[in-house]
Amino acid sequence: MAEISIRQVGKTYGKTTIMQGVDLEIHDGEFVVILGPSGCGKSTLLRLIAGLEEITAGEIAIAGEVVNNLEPRERGCAMVFQNYALYPHMTVSDNIGYALKVAGVPKAERMARIEATARSVGLVEFLDRKPGQLSGGQRQRVAMARAIIREPKVFLFDEPLSNLDAKLRVQMRHEIRRIHNAVGATSVFVTHDQNEGMTLADRLVIMNKGTIEQIGTPEEIYEHPASLYVAGFVGSPAMNILPGTVASSGLSVLLGDGQAVDIRSSFKARPGQLVQIGLRPEKLSITTKAHGLLAAKFQFFEELGSARIYHLEIEDIPVGVVSDLKLALTAGEEVGLAFPPSALHVFDGPSGRSLARAEAAGESRGTDASTTGLSMHGRLL
Amino acid sequence: MRRACFKFSWVAAALLVPQLLIIFVFFYWPSAQALYWAFTLEQPWGGGNTWVGLDNFRAILTDPYYWGSVRVSVIYALATTALAMGMALTLAVFVDRQLAGYRTWRVAIIWPYAVAAPAVGLAFQFVFNPGAGIFSFINAVAPGWWDLSRNAWQAVVAIIVAGAWKQVAYSFVFFLAALQSIPRSLIEAAAMDGARPLRRMFDLQMPLLTPTVFFLLVINITDSFTDSFGIVDTLTGGGPYRATDLMVYRIYSEGFKGMNYSGAAAQSVILMLLVMALTFVQFRYVERRVHYT
Ligand SMILES: Nc1ncnc2c1ncn2[C@@H]1O[C@H](COP(=O)(O)OP(=O)(O)O)[C@@H](O)[C@H]1O
Ligand SMILES: [Mg+2]
Repeated sequence: MAEISIRQVGKTYGKTTIMQGVDLEIHDGEFVVILGPSGCGKSTLLRLIAGLEEITAGEIAIAGEVVNNLEPRERGCAMVFQNYALYPHMTVSDNIGYALKVAGVPKAERMARIEATARSVGLVEFLDRKPGQLSGGQRQRVAMARAIIREPKVFLFDEPLSNLDAKLRVQMRHEIRRIHNAVGATSVFVTHDQNEGMTLADRLVIMNKGTIEQIGTPEEIYEHPASLYVAGFVGSPAMNILPGTVASSGLSVLLGDGQAVDIRSSFKARPGQLVQIGLRPEKLSITTKAHGLLAAKFQFFEELGSARIYHLEIEDIPVGVVSDLKLALTAGEEVGLAFPPSALHVFDGPSGRSLARAEAAGESRGTDASTTGLSMHGRLL
Repeated sequence: MRRACFKFSWVAAALLVPQLLIIFVFFYWPSAQALYWAFTLEQPWGGGNTWVGLDNFRAILTDPYYWGSVRVSVIYALATTALAMGMALTLAVFVDRQLAGYRTWRVAIIWPYAVAAPAVGLAFQFVFNPGAGIFSFINAVAPGWWDLSRNAWQAVVAIIVAGAWKQVAYSFVFFLAALQSIPRSLIEAAAMDGARPLRRMFDLQMPLLTPTVFFLLVINITDSFTDSFGIVDTLTGGGPYRATDLMVYRIYSEGFKGMNYSGAAAQSVILMLLVMALTFVQFRYVERRVHYT
């Protein structure tokens, strides 16, 4: 059993604090993806778990044991580095078997395990080569094999796919998930690619400037982003955001061009509150102006084959719609946009926090990030 | 290796000329002159010389003092190289691991390289002088025991220590650069794989340093054969009883003190051939064991 408990963890370099108050419970055998833009502290968090950086506040426990003062080798974690970090002077076989050699595993057993591991990642023919003679994808596999062979309690991945081309990346993604399912170890995977995060994760952790913004399953994060930041980061094409003001009745939001969006059924808002409305492009559909809830001007579309991305504008603000309908529209044409009430997101303007949905308000996501978010709404409302 | 080719240009030629001129005047010309003298008998006070073929070489190679000089030169070269590189590597590892106060050390260690050989010799005079040097305390305990001018092995040790001290700086700079160019993530990967610092040093850092070790080996051995004059001259003057009469020093004393220009020229030709042969052997046989990655 290797659950990881991260409690109020912070990291300070000299005087600069780059991470604080991070709370995260990772269950045994879970695949958790830490997602966030470059520089938000994902690698740092991973390295704190691995023991490659010293924890300056809070504590981390692996399998119930606080590891703050343990060396990396005592923590039972294996790590796959972004640049693979293969030993350049050793053969593939020696690279994969190094941990066993250090641990003093007898040569016969070691060779057998190297062979078996190499077979499982498709590297048997390359065992005698040096890393310099391998392609990027093969190096990636060596790095994986080196982690797998140790049968660790915890796998840590630091953007392991970011150096691969797009096709290989998808392939290795599936491989990593397959290995995870086969091995059953706890996995923590860091990436800035929301696609990777959404597809791999049992649970996603969205980070922002050294703090956790939201924790949830990919579906929860997609359907109920806790903030504008999360909403903008997850989903492709990105969520459409329209600024507006809550009408004096409190039942609708007035957009810049005077259009009103009904929020009565789902949101509690204060009259005059500055808000941002969020609508996912996949949830919008284009109809005639008369039938739409919002009016927009068509600009152009991009053909994806399976669908089209229609680019429209609502008073100079770009709005995207993904639809598999082949519509014949001319540039500048006025159309209507329709969407189900459940597709509507409303965020508080200044803070960017999601407004409590009337029916979702009681829903607990069990994270500090969302509870602070909710209590803030309580104050605002 | 890919090479860029440029068309001939007068500007390039003009820029090269001063450098080529310096190399010609200070290297090729004297070398050619020495080569010529080595095959002739030169008058000590100038004025005429006679071609004697290999006579000079025959005289040198049958001289037991010359072989004594070769022997002590080889000992000096191997010992200074081993000592200097060993010290340099140890210091570089400490500095790389950023042990306390490494910034101060780093500067302190690089200084000796900027010091000229005679100055090094003089400095070590203060250390080794039997009457007034730091080592004179030995003589306070065991009177007369420490004396460079009477004990051959003490004189050899003294020039080796002084020579190594001068060379440490150069090797240190290269070792430190090589250590720092090993990606951090490699060391971290090994740490995750369970290797402790000492194990990581032997399994990772040492093998990755082999190109640097090889390079420094060539440089240090060459240097200790050719650049020891100042230290010997100031510290021991070649004595006692020729115990520290290194090949380079012998060339000087034969040529300028003994006025035997031809003998000195022949010796310098031999020394040059020896250094070239050593370098060739190192490239040919030692380099095979080097990992370039
Ligand atoms: N050794 C260090 N000293 C000071 N700041 C650092 C150090 N390492 C990382 N940082 C800072 O910490 C922040 C987070 O870095 P990192 O965890 O690598 O981000 P990510 O992996 O999300 O791109 C960055 O702003 C970076 O500049
Ligand atoms: Mg990173």
